Amino acid sequence: MSAAGTQRRVQAPHVERHTIAVLVDNEAGVLARVIGLFSGRGYNIESLTVAEVDHAAHTSRVTIVTSGTPEVIEQIKAQLGRLVPVHRVVDWTLETPGIEREMALVKVAGTGEKRVEALRMADAFRARPVDTTHTSFVFEITGAPGKIDSFIDLMRPLGLVDVSRTGVAAISRGPESM
Amino acid sequence: MDRDGSALAGAKVAETGAVEMSGAEMVIRALQDHGVEHIFGYPGGAVLPIYDALFSADGLEHILVRHEQGAVHAAEGYARSTGKPGVVVVTSGPGATNAVTGLTDALMDSIPLVVITGQVATHLIGNDAFQECDTVGITRPCTKHNWLVKDIADLARVLHEAFQIASTGRPGPVVVDIPKDIQFKKGPYIGPDSVRHRTYRPKTDPELAQIVKAVDLMASAKRPVFYTGGGIINAGPEASELLRELVKLTDFPITSTLMGLGAFPASGRQWLGMLGMHGTFEANNAMHDADLIICLGARFDDRVTGRIDQFAPGAKKIHLDIDASQINKNVRIDLPIIADAAKALREILHFWKTQRRKVDQNALSEWWKTIEAWRARKCLEFRNSDAVIKPQYAIDRLYALTRDRDVYITTEVGQHQMWAAQRFKFEAPNRWMTSGGLGTMGYGLPAAVGVQVAHPDSLVIDIAGEASVQMTMQEMSTAVQYELPIKIFILNNRYMGMVRQWQQLLHGGRYSHSYSEALPDFVKLAEAYGCVGMCADTPSELDAKIMEMIAVRRPVLFDVRVDPKENCYPMMPSGAAHNEMILCDAEEEAATVSDEGKMLL
Repeated sequence: MSAAGTQRRVQAPHVERHTIAVLVDNEAGVLARVIGLFSGRGYNIESLTVAEVDHAAHTSRVTIVTSGTPEVIEQIKAQLGRLVPVHRVVDWTLETPGIEREMALVKVAGTGEKRVEALRMADAFRARPVDTTHTSFVFEITGAPGKIDSFIDLMRPLGLVDVSRTGVAAISRGPESM
Repeated sequence: MDRDGSALAGAKVAETGAVEMSGAEMVIRALQDHGVEHIFGYPGGAVLPIYDALFSADGLEHILVRHEQGAVHAAEGYARSTGKPGVVVVTSGPGATNAVTGLTDALMDSIPLVVITGQVATHLIGNDAFQECDTVGITRPCTKHNWLVKDIADLARVLHEAFQIASTGRPGPVVVDIPKDIQFKKGPYIGPDSVRHRTYRPKTDPELAQIVKAVDLMASAKRPVFYTGGGIINAGPEASELLRELVKLTDFPITSTLMGLGAFPASGRQWLGMLGMHGTFEANNAMHDADLIICLGARFDDRVTGRIDQFAPGAKKIHLDIDASQINKNVRIDLPIIADAAKALREILHFWKTQRRKVDQNALSEWWKTIEAWRARKCLEFRNSDAVIKPQYAIDRLYALTRDRDVYITTEVGQHQMWAAQRFKFEAPNRWMTSGGLGTMGYGLPAAVGVQVAHPDSLVIDIAGEASVQMTMQEMSTAVQYELPIKIFILNNRYMGMVRQWQQLLHGGRYSHSYSEALPDFVKLAEAYGCVGMCADTPSELDAKIMEMIAVRRPVLFDVRVDPKENCYPMMPSGAAHNEMILCDAEEEAATVSDEGKMLL
């Protein structure tokens, strides 16, 4: 911008990754409301997990990993907050340092050297074989999403055939509830 | 409930205070308990039990429309002119899908509606049954909330929640989808007072600290402007009263969105007219040069802000809204106030008065001098003609001849709508019903039906275009059936005028499919419906014909043939800033819309 006083902001969009937890009433269609909000307004979903967390109160917790500019993240939280069945919206990335974990089942097929190497790597990553045949393993691995990404990358040349991931579950540190 | 159990219908169940009745009876009872007097609807297979219960219901008048879209727009007109939620009953499948345009319209403009849809019996859901559709799936993104009631035990609670959610917080439309077997089933009916929603708690009280900050900002402002919107109307007549008091107290200039017209009287000295794409020169320039914008119940819509990166570059922005998601959505806000507009205005006034705050009088006088210079530009003037009726002239005459009456105006969408917004002077809230957010052609005629139902003795006029009005023309028949003397004032320029205007300004005058060929003879059409048909071709006959239209106590379709080439100015072209308006005497400038601007709507 040459002219002084012009207000045009020219800047590369600064995209952040946020983990957002949403406590909802577990009523019919509640997940569709959350997902429809993201698709309808053009927000990203990197991962999404949902399960009932209180069977007596029928509340479910949705954990969404999303990315966007700070403005978009603020809108996402505000838009989630106005959905009628939503109790609370918490941004673990901002408000309290949270713990994020994800579980994956990773199937590797092969024999000989590669098979041995796969088992050795799995041990290093504290991944547990939960199904074993003469030609394959299924490993169970839990950790931060980045750790799972690394493990999967290492398994690829060793005969990776299938991956199933749960998506991120997150919770705050310390004694407080959500 | 077994056969014998049904014999207990109407008997009180001692412990809960609940009364046994069928689902259909519950619907009627809930409407009565919420003070509903009018329902707009259309029967069909999946709502027959409700219509059967309606047959013998007391105190409920059903208005039979000719198309479900008409029912929803009529309910919108009813709601906007009364402040009460509009109620609609339609059948499953096409009944529900036809309601979608109206639902979306009501969502965009925050209009409270309770729409009850029939659904196929629960055991048929998912089987592609006759007239089945996924109503809650289809209407999820176009309602504030919706429900499919699969258990009779939930029905009463859901109906009461529906009214609460539609009419509180930021109002909006809700859908209650009721399968046919649930309408027949008997169950306990509980009253509205025994229902408290588990999660829904709209915040309506302002934070004191923010009120204090707002008062500080207002007291130190040198070039302030109030920018008000439909939120003031939705907050009830008291909010308009408080707004008037605050403007009088501060002497700050005030502009409004399309939705907010009437909250502040157009005859008021501080009134700058509407802002935005077809707003006044003075309103838009005041926004651009302001050092403080006090936004009350508006949402910085793209039609209001124009080019966002050049919007009000030097202004601090206060934003009062009941919906937190509106803050920082389009424009960064310096001071948000999340609250009901009336409550927040009351607090602001209270602090302003008790702390004896004063405005910066010298700066404000300078500001008003600048504004008067913009006003002197007289941006709404047009070149009148003796030979052909100018659309602006037609609206001016309509206003002049109806201003002393108890008048309600609805519109369709397009040039006529903008001319009406610019030229018709509204002095009170709830008198102006128009489709703002969605821009729904065909809104005005059914909306007028709804307004007239609510105000049978008032003068209700739909200012229309010949293209828009044909989209819901069938509701003329509704007006005739219920003896609703609505006046449809068509500015007939034989074009989809706003489309034609944009094609002229942005697409080299290539008028692709915007000419209204094969128009019906509106006079004969009116007569065929049993209405009064009228037409006018010259300015000299206009006044007498308008008076005749008003005098007739029957629905009138008045075909006013206007100049086909007139454009609506002033105009802030898309992609332009508030201080880059095209005025009516500078049409040649219009060719300079940027490529970037062309891509915007």
